[in-house]
Amino acid sequence: MASDIGALSAAAAAAAIADGGLARDELFEHYRARAAADQLNAFTWVAEAEPGAVDGPLGGVPLAVKDLFCTEGIPSQAGSKILAGYCPPYTATAVANLEAAGAPLLGKTNQDEFAMGSSNENSAYGPVLNPWDHGRVPGGSSGGSAAAVAGGLAPWALGTDTGGSIRQPAALCGIVGLKPTYGAVSRYGMIAFASSLDSAGPLTRDVTDAALCYRHLVGRDSADATSVAFPEPIEIPSSERLDGVKLAVPTALVEGEGIEPGVRASFEAALETARGLGATIISCEIPSAPYALSAYYVIAPAEASSNLSRFDGVRYGLRVEQAHLDEMYTETRHDGFGAEVKRRILIGTYALSSGYYDAYYGRAQRVRTVVAQDLASIFEQADMIVTPTSPTVAFGLGERTADPLSMYLSDLFTIPMSLAGTPAISIPSGLSEGLPVGLQICGPAFSENRILSAAHALEQAIGFDGSVTWGSD
Amino acid sequence: MIDRDELLHVARLARLALHEDELETTAAELSSILGHVAAIDQLDLDGVEPTAHIGDVSDSLRADQPRPSLAREVALAPAPAVRDDGFLVPSPQGE
Repeated sequence: MASDIGALSAAAAAAAIADGGLARDELFEHYRARAAADQLNAFTWVAEAEPGAVDGPLGGVPLAVKDLFCTEGIPSQAGSKILAGYCPPYTATAVANLEAAGAPLLGKTNQDEFAMGSSNENSAYGPVLNPWDHGRVPGGSSGGSAAAVAGGLAPWALGTDTGGSIRQPAALCGIVGLKPTYGAVSRYGMIAFASSLDSAGPLTRDVTDAALCYRHLVGRDSADATSVAFPEPIEIPSSERLDGVKLAVPTALVEGEGIEPGVRASFEAALETARGLGATIISCEIPSAPYALSAYYVIAPAEASSNLSRFDGVRYGLRVEQAHLDEMYTETRHDGFGAEVKRRILIGTYALSSGYYDAYYGRAQRVRTVVAQDLASIFEQADMIVTPTSPTVAFGLGERTADPLSMYLSDLFTIPMSLAGTPAISIPSGLSEGLPVGLQICGPAFSENRILSAAHALEQAIGFDGSVTWGSD
Repeated sequence: MIDRDELLHVARLARLALHEDELETTAAELSSILGHVAAIDQLDLDGVEPTAHIGDVSDSLRADQPRPSLAREVALAPAPAVRDDGFLVPSPQGE
């Protein structure tokens, strides 16, 4: 068994443990050893031993967790120097739910600082390498989680998505990433970036694992007033057909500039596959899409500028000693935050400041309304919207760091769903230039079962082989 | 689009020190980003209500009853400086 452990999906490993074919501690040690020998810089902390065993439906399959989730007594630094060494006094609900269901904590994963970035290069703890090509980024901000799963260092991982931070790294690393309906998963204990957009969800090898993890993540939490009860149980998908399913393609958006030909070709091949499975493909438009990106880059920084005011050198984290209180605040924040975080705090503060509030934040919130209406009107005619997840495959380390705006364009296809609070999944659709391409499938709020079902059917038909990376050392 | 004085004003509001050698680059980067987000001016938003929050969150108040919370020493443990039962900070007036 030992030599095959790494080949098992999380669901298969849980099943092997349940029927006695695999020992729980053997599985944990397999991944613990691999995570401890991490060559990708995917982990910022790795468990030294299996935590106390909890029996549950997740069967003891270890879980990697993005660093911004608070974990009691374990470093939770959100990729930031300002939280270096910070060990919180409590555990985030999402992590606690999975632990209670039988998934012990394997380690904490690297990320863009406070989840701000699309390449993981904004981490104070160094960039993460893409397992497909160590000269390229894994995407971000959940880049450590994606690289850990794709690189076979963890069977599955928890990430967060504010504008695409689960879906885009999943796409660039050739794995599955699910961004939930806003509110379906508690945000309690997630170090906040943009509270009206932040969502926690799974990054996994396949769609079945995503569903298995997600069914234990959802639920109303009295500690998060914005969380809601999921209206139905999350099913493990089994569908292999798309008969009667109507998929909408936002034509102008996916035929726009900046989309690599290889990405477009993979997307078109996926549409052909969907047709072959019985789906109907229709064309649609998201007229507000070009403005969604702009609105996002007002709303998210505005909320971040408020959320990150808590880092002031008083209650936790870094303090730069100064004789004057105000100088202690300003120099602590100067030294503790990285360049992208400072840019977003300044943009957000500017957009909320007197004289600019209506022109920026007020308008952006109204654009958000239009984006949500645009998606809702598409869902009157189609079951789901499909797009490529990212306009490009994984780009080279350092390629976009000089121009913050070029980095923002990575999120073109993922941001409308974030603004509308609707769920979306990214699954691998194939390779371009030897690198994975992601397919995004989005549905209306609380349609996760339908999205997972369609994603499962497409996954079976596409037959993408991710074992290239998780099977290697 | 955003000049030095405006940048220093915003940085002051954000309680974020900017050192002399960072001003020029930061102002240029922020101007470039603001230039891009100004695209939202082009959309006709007459009669459109703002969305602060997706979803229907109402009546989410819990009963106003005391319940256990973090112990004082646990809450104080990660603080850079503590005196007696509280967080210790420098004087607002300086020395």
